[in-house]
Amino acid sequence: MVEMHDPARLAERKFERVNEIIAECGANESSLIPILQHVQEEYRYLPEEVMSFIATALDIPPAAVNGVATFYAQFSMEPKGKYLIRMCDGTACHVRDNRALIDATKHRLNLAPGKTTTPDMRYTLEVVNCIGACALAPAVVINDQVHGQMTGDKIVALINEIDANEADGAEK
Amino acid sequence: MTTNLTQILSKADLEALKTRAHAALDSDALRVVVCGGTGCSSNGSAEVLIALRQAIAAAGLAIKVDLLDESQMDALSVDFSGCSGFCEVGPIVRILPENIFYVQVKAKDAKDIVERTLIAGQAVDRLLYQDKNTGERYIHRDEIPFYVNQVNIALTDCGLIDPADIRHYIAHNGYEALAQTLEGKTPEDVVQVITDAGLRGRGGGGFPTGRKWGITLKVPGEKKYVICNADEGDPGAFMDRSVLEGNPHAVIEGMILAGFAIGADEGYVYVRAEYPLAVQRMRLAIRQAEQSNLLGDNILNSGFGFHIKIKEGAGAFVCGEETALIASIEGQRGMPRPKPPFPAQSGLWGKPTCVNNVETLANVPRIILRGSEWFRQYGTEKSAGTKVFALTGDVVNTGLIEVPMGTTLGDVVFKVGGGIRGGGEFKTVQIGGPSGGCLTKDHLDLPLDYDSLRSVGAMVGSGGLVVMDDETCMVEVARYFMNFTQSESCGKCVICREGTKRMLEILEKITSGQGVPEDLETLEELAETVRDGSLCGLGKTAPNPVLSTLKYFRHEYEAHVWDKKCPAKQCANFKTYWIDPARCKGCRMCAKQCPVEAITGNLKEPHVIDAEKCIKCGACMDVCRLKAVELQ
Repeated sequence: MVEMHDPARLAERKFERVNEIIAECGANESSLIPILQHVQEEYRYLPEEVMSFIATALDIPPAAVNGVATFYAQFSMEPKGKYLIRMCDGTACHVRDNRALIDATKHRLNLAPGKTTTPDMRYTLEVVNCIGACALAPAVVINDQVHGQMTGDKIVALINEIDANEADGAEK
Repeated sequence: MTTNLTQILSKADLEALKTRAHAALDSDALRVVVCGGTGCSSNGSAEVLIALRQAIAAAGLAIKVDLLDESQMDALSVDFSGCSGFCEVGPIVRILPENIFYVQVKAKDAKDIVERTLIAGQAVDRLLYQDKNTGERYIHRDEIPFYVNQVNIALTDCGLIDPADIRHYIAHNGYEALAQTLEGKTPEDVVQVITDAGLRGRGGGGFPTGRKWGITLKVPGEKKYVICNADEGDPGAFMDRSVLEGNPHAVIEGMILAGFAIGADEGYVYVRAEYPLAVQRMRLAIRQAEQSNLLGDNILNSGFGFHIKIKEGAGAFVCGEETALIASIEGQRGMPRPKPPFPAQSGLWGKPTCVNNVETLANVPRIILRGSEWFRQYGTEKSAGTKVFALTGDVVNTGLIEVPMGTTLGDVVFKVGGGIRGGGEFKTVQIGGPSGGCLTKDHLDLPLDYDSLRSVGAMVGSGGLVVMDDETCMVEVARYFMNFTQSESCGKCVICREGTKRMLEILEKITSGQGVPEDLETLEELAETVRDGSLCGLGKTAPNPVLSTLKYFRHEYEAHVWDKKCPAKQCANFKTYWIDPARCKGCRMCAKQCPVEAITGNLKEPHVIDAEKCIKCGACMDVCRLKAVELQ
């Protein structure tokens, strides 16, 4: 932030949207989770300064905001990629060998051990709790689109397709 | 979707609308219903719907624009429904009134459906469901073995009505139970009917719903709340999601009736954020009910008012526990607190609160409408009615099923489920998710109801039934569930937080081949301690998968620790991939596929796997056409 040429302006603009979100959800503690959800939708993660700002706005300790943010799996403290690939790890998917699928995706995305997001910020791979598409196991959700009965080949093809579309978009 | 909703101000208004909607919906005019459940949607049912509309228009047939448009009574209607249950064979298209049932329909099939079925009145053979075991084809939905053995109460209109149009629900007696209740019934009357019906909580606990309502009614308080628990976190379960997506108004009506019965004027639906479609449908349904004056202040001019808000969960399994759920609605970390006080005494913001599960609430309007005697004709003495199960895993017919309580496990797996897929052998059914247990071949005659299941160390849970064949390692299954509960333990109780961690470590040790015989005793001791010493249901039931696999499949644990063998050949550390030099022709396919370059060999010469490098992913085995790769 500090390095940017006009940090004050940037911060002002950043908090303007947060203020709108707080106004929409209501400035009280019971709205904390919806506020954080909307903020994350906006920024793809929860920036620390935004969380402190929310704490001040709701008149609760920053530790309480941080406590809630770290408790729920949905919230991320790190920026997520443009495409969020969520691999279901429900029982049905597990029984139908989703491990091979996860390995194939990691391999295709060339993710370094311990990393979930690609360096170009295009993809984030998450292994998530059951998404309730058990009859289509193994299932994968890319952004909000559910893909059922997946195989290693199919997921690689989907990622290739996204890459091709992104490349097209960049050219235009 | 529906723009011109009329205000319904009295029971007479509702009846008038019902008559019109029923005549329009269930007339002799053809109705094409495309399943819009999550399963069918992900297989492209939206494209199928568009293609059908285009093909119908191209054939010169009129499509109904609005359900109640009098000038279009004979026109065809084409709309989405919620989940039809038989997700395995989606996308599903039904043609009413004859109830022709087409499966795995693609957009390119639209022309044939229009020309041959809608115009010529014949079935398109290739789209009919074919029984995988007998090869027989079925034209009508209700003849298909998957459906024949089911009884639908909670799922009645799922897969039949358009969840995005309140008038479809009204056409099928929707909100009639509410209208009848508000016309002269007392809260005590409602509690009595539900109590007499013997309805028990469908979320897992099985607590009698009528009793819960009765207690909350008697607690004094100006302000009370109803909470619909739609935080369906169990892996392998999607019943609540399907009900919310397929028939959201039944849940809303159930909530209003619960509110009336306990004296509450406000309700919350707590839905998992992982169910975006359910949230969207519920939101739309609430808006339509409000516009129609069936929800809000002074419903049907009765003086009774009820409001519903949606709260989206944020990904914490423990929030399925009612006190944790309440904390989460209040904006805090979702951690359970000791009971008593029970939510009925002091719940949301300290007010008396009644927490009911989605499926429980969906049963309520039907019970009120048809009476407790009608409901009791299904199920067993102590477990009345039906139960929705998510039938998944290694079974031929996967999907959503609803059967009378007390149906035997064997009937569910073999009659409804069609047996084991891929010619494997039935090994076990995991029921009730991470809180439940395993049932074996010996339990095929066991009736599925609350008490019978509890007597064998399992539980109905929320209703996930995951069928597993003989290639499943039970120690690995136990490890899988322990990994789940360990990561979802909220950390409040030391016994749960640390106990599940230690249990997971031991299970990982066993599945990786490092287990020693004493581990089994330590595991059992830990399991009992965690079960007895935890505050909430998560910890109390977390050891169930371990205890039940130890009880029924102890020999598998012993094989891992004594003989260093995984009988199901699933645990990676016990596996060795080997290429049979006699069969390998050196095509290099496996070497190209290997992600870690563990396979070497010259072209047209037998290849070798380097056991040191091999990560045991099995890619070589999948790709080899000569079946030269073997698992040892």
